[in-house]
Amino acid sequence: MARVVVDVMLKPEILDPQGQAVQRALPRLGFEGISDVRQGKRFELEVEGPVDGSALARIRELAETFLANTVIEDFTVKVRETDGTERAVAGTDIPSEGAPA
Amino acid sequence: MTTRIGVVTFPGSLDDSDARRAIGLAGGDPVALWHRDKDLHQVDAVVLPGGFSYGDYLRCGAIARFSPVMATVIEQAKAGMPVLGICNGFQVLCESHLLPGALTRNDHLHFVCRDQRLRVESADTAWTSDYERGQEITVPLKNGEGGYVADERTLDELEAEGRVVFRYLDGNPNGSRRDIAGITNEAGNVVGLMPHPEHAVEALTGPTTDGLGFFTSAVKKLVTS
Repeated sequence: MARVVVDVMLKPEILDPQGQAVQRALPRLGFEGISDVRQGKRFELEVEGPVDGSALARIRELAETFLANTVIEDFTVKVRETDGTERAVAGTDIPSEGAPA
Repeated sequence: MTTRIGVVTFPGSLDDSDARRAIGLAGGDPVALWHRDKDLHQVDAVVLPGGFSYGDYLRCGAIARFSPVMATVIEQAKAGMPVLGICNGFQVLCESHLLPGALTRNDHLHFVCRDQRLRVESADTAWTSDYERGQEITVPLKNGEGGYVADERTLDELEAEGRVVFRYLDGNPNGSRRDIAGITNEAGNVVGLMPHPEHAVEALTGPTTDGLGFFTSAVKKLVTS
């Protein structure tokens, strides 16, 4: 079965106190040289049937209306290829197919 | 005829019984509503209570927004029915896009639980007409994700249109932009706030009875309308 990945991150201008807390803990653990940490969410969706244009359009809608709150979060939809690489196909910064430029 | 005000119970709601009690003390007729029931049972107004609906999984209020009852609440709210969202209820209203912006994790990462002084910035909503603009009230505040955020344009719009309804006094408890504790929609029938007026309606159990005015405002408005 095909797998589609949706990554959700807080928009850059939104404060991420959890990421900051992780970043501040790093020197205590002996990890130096990390100046910033942003924490996000990753959703892995098992898709029944082919991952074609209409399946991806539905997943884009799912990501935009439910998995991410686009008031504060950006999202990226990626298709995992058979070799394990992930290819971004839709997202906050990627115009959807057929949408006006 | 008494005013029927519904209170929705989601799985994980905590303050639904306190909200119903507050409605009764204000002279209204509290009606328990269930998240899976689309029927609002002829209520005149709805309160979305505090708690952790659906465990706050994904984001606070994100799953509650798609519950059967919310489909009807959203439709009725757009038609002018008074809706009050308290704490988790405020988060549900933002996720539903009935109110702009979003609630994010408190900037200091701690859960806050304290009596909170607020300034009433608008008495022109369905839920605040029994207050006066500029009045200061104290009600409990308890949340982990109460930081109100919206883009600058939205914040400016809210300010310009008098839609900031409550502001925090004595220090910002959660990093909310412009000390915003509660807002309303353009029509003034939908109000959301993080603090809990339903916990401040009786001298025995609350720090004050300052919260009662929310519920008497709605009861009076609906009786006269």
